[in-house]
Amino acid sequence: MRAFATLLRREFSAYFLSLTGYVIISAVLLLIGLSFLLMLRAFNNDTLNAPLTEGFYSVMFFWLILLLAGPLITMRLFAQEKATGTFETLMTAPVSDRQVVLAKYTAALGFYVVTWLPLLPCLLVVHRYTSSGAPFEWGPTASTGLGILLIGSVFVSLGCLASALTRSQMIAATVSLAFGVGFFLLSFLKYTVTSHSGWFARAAARLSLIEHMEDFARGVVDTRPVVLYLTLTAFFLFLTLKAVEGRRWR
Amino acid sequence: MNSGPMIEVENLTKRYGRHTAVNNVSFTVARGEIVGLLGPNGAGKSTIMRVLACFLPATEGTARVAGLDVFHAADAVRRRIGYMPENNPLYPDMRVREYLKFRARLKGLDVPRSRERVDVVTEQCGLADVAQRIIGTLSKGYRQRVGLADALVHEPDLIILDEPTIGLDPHQIRAVRQLIKDLARKHTVLISSHILPEIELTCQRVIILYQGRVLAADSTADLQSRLGRNGEVVAEVAAPADELRRCWEAMDTVEHAEVIPVKDGYCRCTLVPRAGVDLRPVVFQTVVDRGWSLRELSHSPATLEDIFVRVTRPDREEDLF
Repeated sequence: MRAFATLLRREFSAYFLSLTGYVIISAVLLLIGLSFLLMLRAFNNDTLNAPLTEGFYSVMFFWLILLLAGPLITMRLFAQEKATGTFETLMTAPVSDRQVVLAKYTAALGFYVVTWLPLLPCLLVVHRYTSSGAPFEWGPTASTGLGILLIGSVFVSLGCLASALTRSQMIAATVSLAFGVGFFLLSFLKYTVTSHSGWFARAAARLSLIEHMEDFARGVVDTRPVVLYLTLTAFFLFLTLKAVEGRRWR
Repeated sequence: MNSGPMIEVENLTKRYGRHTAVNNVSFTVARGEIVGLLGPNGAGKSTIMRVLACFLPATEGTARVAGLDVFHAADAVRRRIGYMPENNPLYPDMRVREYLKFRARLKGLDVPRSRERVDVVTEQCGLADVAQRIIGTLSKGYRQRVGLADALVHEPDLIILDEPTIGLDPHQIRAVRQLIKDLARKHTVLISSHILPEIELTCQRVIILYQGRVLAADSTADLQSRLGRNGEVVAEVAAPADELRRCWEAMDTVEHAEVIPVKDGYCRCTLVPRAGVDLRPVVFQTVVDRGWSLRELSHSPATLEDIFVRVTRPDREEDLF
């Protein structure tokens, strides 16, 4: 437990020791700001009927952040340590592979949450100036946050896996981005299989990230996507652990 | 503390795919020894060290550190080992003190203990001046000391250093060497190197590796007398060269003699004795008896370098055993 806490702190602070962390935070901040700019122009002084979060979600920058943040945050986790050789000093310290994987994942997810934090003040500011006295909708905001956290968790664990498989950060980022975008594009799968209504069509309908996120942004928390995302996270983390252990049977 | 050997390696074999990096290696290291693993690049030194540090498992055979199996009791073994890998990898964006504290905590020391130990190793490794510097801005010599400090921070029984002086300038090498010698009072040390004087100066015992096998393992002194040709005796004598040659050839304790005339009527004689004979008194007596004058008489032991070159030449392997 002590080793886990030590590792977690080191991994989390590593984002702030180099420029990477600040660059990612600034980029996300810029995109969130742009989203709100576009959103407000689109509404153009009309009163909003839907929750603010839904309006924010409808701007496509949202997905850009969601898809890019994971690979960028996770690419260095294992790949950098392998490239510089610090992986050897790390793994010869009395820590278990599981502790290392969990600490790196948790730190990356924590940093991911930090990058999303500016969204909350943005929502509050926009609410302050657009709604005429209506109370702030905490429910949809919380469920949007949950959606962002859960989908992010899948992408971060996927990024961990990609980073654990290679010593090149570029390859790690490319692989996790490719799979992340691929997963996202499954959202459109249901449009291509509507003709036949077998199990495949039903499965395709369940895999729509866009639809899940729409629900979350509207304030609806469906357990099915929650279970899906948690399962995927656990699966990718398991594979990451196996990849880290992999050096033993190579 | 139990008194068994610090390291026991039995029939250790490590294969990477089809390539056999370490082939059936066995050796033991007693507590408190400084032992050098010596061999050309690719001889399997780093692989053996990685197995001992529980980074890689062996393909066959066993390795024990302080009686604990490196595979089954990896965690306990890691607590007893301070390992500095080849090229001494560090986190360049951390500060020296911060890094050492992180490592101390990672190795299971609590906060007060880690603070105390970091202070001790910072002092011991001469890092007090740079404790607040960022590691990436340090010179290579200082980085090497940071690596050493990291290896020492949890007071391990066994310190494993893979090529600790590689890439350092002569001053830095001297400093690191002194540091290692100081360590030996309290710890068992295993060093690898392909630089021979390095091993010769710091280690009591050498294990010579070649192509993944142990070619020779003995104390430096024993290796010199067992494998070396006992060195040479050099004498500068004022006498005619022919007469000197005849004289040395007549002696049955001299295996080979070379006589080269130098200035002022002196001849420089390089004599190779038969095994186990010290030629110096004999030479002195001969010179005195004949009434010649002598201005130099010295003995140069075979260096580890001679031994190493002999041992690692593939065609000479069979001579040894």
